[in-house]
Amino acid sequence: MTYENASAFAQTSGLLYFVTIFMAVAVYAFWPRNRARFDAAAHLPLNED
Amino acid sequence: MAATPTSATPTSKYMTEGEVGLGVALMVGALLCALASARAVDAPFSIHMAVFALAALAGLVTILRRYGARPAAPPRQEIDGKPNYNLGPIKFATVAAMAWGIAGFSVGCIIAFQLWAPSLNLGLEYTSFGRLRPLHTSAVIFAFGGNVLIGTSFYVVQRTCRARLAGELAPWFVVLGYNLFIVVAGTGYLMGVTQSKEYAEPEWYADLWLTVVWVTYLLVFLATLRKRTEPHIFVANWFYLAFIVTIAMLHIVNNLAMPVSFLGSKSYPMFAGVQDALIQWWYGHNAVGFFLTAGFLAIMYYFVPKRAERPIYSYRLSIIHFWALIFMYIWAGPHHLHYTALPDWAQTLGMTFSIMLWMPSWGGMINGLMTLSGAWDKLRTDPVLRFMVVSLAFYGMATFEGPMMAIKAVNSLSHYTDWTIGHVHSGALGWVAYISFGALYCLVPWLWNRRELYSLKLVEWHFWISTLGIVLYITSMWVAGIMQGLMWRAYNALGFLEYSFVETVEAMQPYYLVRALGGVLFLTGALIMAYNLAMTIAGKTAAESDPLPADGALPGTAGLAPAE
Repeated sequence: MTYENASAFAQTSGLLYFVTIFMAVAVYAFWPRNRARFDAAAHLPLNED
Repeated sequence: MAATPTSATPTSKYMTEGEVGLGVALMVGALLCALASARAVDAPFSIHMAVFALAALAGLVTILRRYGARPAAPPRQEIDGKPNYNLGPIKFATVAAMAWGIAGFSVGCIIAFQLWAPSLNLGLEYTSFGRLRPLHTSAVIFAFGGNVLIGTSFYVVQRTCRARLAGELAPWFVVLGYNLFIVVAGTGYLMGVTQSKEYAEPEWYADLWLTVVWVTYLLVFLATLRKRTEPHIFVANWFYLAFIVTIAMLHIVNNLAMPVSFLGSKSYPMFAGVQDALIQWWYGHNAVGFFLTAGFLAIMYYFVPKRAERPIYSYRLSIIHFWALIFMYIWAGPHHLHYTALPDWAQTLGMTFSIMLWMPSWGGMINGLMTLSGAWDKLRTDPVLRFMVVSLAFYGMATFEGPMMAIKAVNSLSHYTDWTIGHVHSGALGWVAYISFGALYCLVPWLWNRRELYSLKLVEWHFWISTLGIVLYITSMWVAGIMQGLMWRAYNALGFLEYSFVETVEAMQPYYLVRALGGVLFLTGALIMAYNLAMTIAGKTAAESDPLPADGALPGTAGLAPAE
C-alpha cells in the first residue's frame, strides 16, 4: 500500500465517519418527537425537591 | 470480628459483605505494604509503602469503628418519599478541594517568585523548581480540580437521578483513596520520584493505586445511574461519564511501564521515542479536554441553571455540544508536537482537529451564557453567578486562543515560550478555578444546610481581587511570551542569532514579577473564600445585612465609610 492509497483511504473514511456521526447526533437532537423530552430535561436541575 | 454487636441491639447486627471484603483487603494490603516498606530498594519507596500500610490500617480501624457506631439496618434509600442523599463523601471532597487549592496556589506563587529570583529555591533539592513545579500542577489540577469534580459529580448524579449514591463504603473509598493518591504523588515529587511525563509524573505504584480508585469511581457512578428514578440521564451526567471513562483509558495507556524492581520506585515506560511522545500528548491534551473541560462543563450544565434559576438555554445544543466535543478532542493532542519527529500528517491532523474544536467549545459557552437570558440582572447582585459567567467568558477566550496557537505558523512563535503558560492559566484560573469557585459557593450552603453563604460581600472581594490577579498574570505572560519568541527567532544582518539565551531570560524578569504578584492576588482571593466557607459551615452569618447598626444610622448609609 502506497502512502497515497493509505492517505486517500484514511481521509475518505475519516470524513464519512465524522459526517455520519454528526448527522446522527443532529437528527437525534432535532427529532420532533424528542422535543418535549428535551424541554423537560432542560428544567431538570430546577425541578428537584 | 473485633467489634462484636452488643446485646442491646434489637435486630441482629452483622457486617455487610462490603465491610468484610474491604476490611480483609485492607488487612492484606497493610501487611504487604509493610513488607515492601521493609524490603524496599530505595528510601522514597520505603516511605510510600509505609504510608500505604498506615492508610490501610487507618481504613481498617475506621471500618470497624463505623460498624460499631452504625445502626443494624443499612441506610434507607428514601425518607418520606424523597431520596436519602449521601452527602458525607461530598462534604469531605469539598473541604479537601479548598485545602488543596490553597496549597496548590501557594506553591504556584513560590515557583513564580523563584523564576524571578532563582536563589529563592534555597539551594535545596526539595525546594528546587523542578520538584515544586509538578507539585503545583498536580495540586491544582488533580488535587483541587479532582476533588471538585468528584464532589460535584457525586452531588449532581444523585440529584438529577433522584437516587441515593450507589454503595456505602465505595464512595468513601473513592474520595479517601483519591486523596491518598494525591499525598503519595505530591510527597514523591519532593523526594524526586517522577517518571518525567508532564501531568503524569507519579510512578508505577501510585498509578496502580489510582487505577483501582478510578475504576471504583466509574462503578459507583454507573451503578448510581442504573438505579435512577428519573427516566432521562441529564446532560451533566453524560459529561461526567465521558470524563471518568476517558481519564481511565488515558491514565492506563500512558502509564504502561515496567518497574526496575517491584520493591523500588523507578520504572521505564513501555513506549520509546516519538511513539512515547505521541502517547504522552494524546494523554496530556485529553487531560485538558476531559479532566479540565468535560468535567467542568458538567458543572456548568448543572450549577449555572440552578444558580440562575433558569432552564438550560438549549438542551438540543447541549447534546450536539457533548458528542461533537468528545469525538473531536481525542484527536487534538499532536499539536503539542509541531515541528518534531512526529510525521507531518499527524501534526496537521492534530492542528485541524484543534481548529475544529473551536465550534463545539463556543457552542457550549454560548449555551451556558444564554442560560442567563431573562436573568441577566442577577449578575449585578449575585457575585457567585458572576464567577460562573466570567468563567464562561474565560472558557470562550481560552478555547479561541488554543486553536489559534495550535496552527503551525503561530505555534512556531508561541511554542516553548511563556505565552503557553499564559494560555494555560487563562483556562486554569479563569475557567476551571472560577467555575469551581462558583460551584463550591453554591455547594457548601446546600451540603451543610445553611440558608446562604456567610458573606456575599466577601465573595465580591474574592471576585475582584482574583480577577485583577488573573489579568496581571495573563497579560504579563502574553508580553513575556511573545517577546521571548520574537527574541529567539531574531537574526542579525550576518545571519547570526541576535540574542543569546540568557538575554531573553533577563528581558523577561520584570514580567515574572508581575506574574508572581498576580498569583499572590489570586491566592489572597482563595484565602478569603476559605474563610467565608469555613464561617458558612460554622453556621455564622455576617452582620453586613443588618439594616440598623447600633448607633442608629439610617439603613442606606450602612455601607458607607464611617465619618471622619
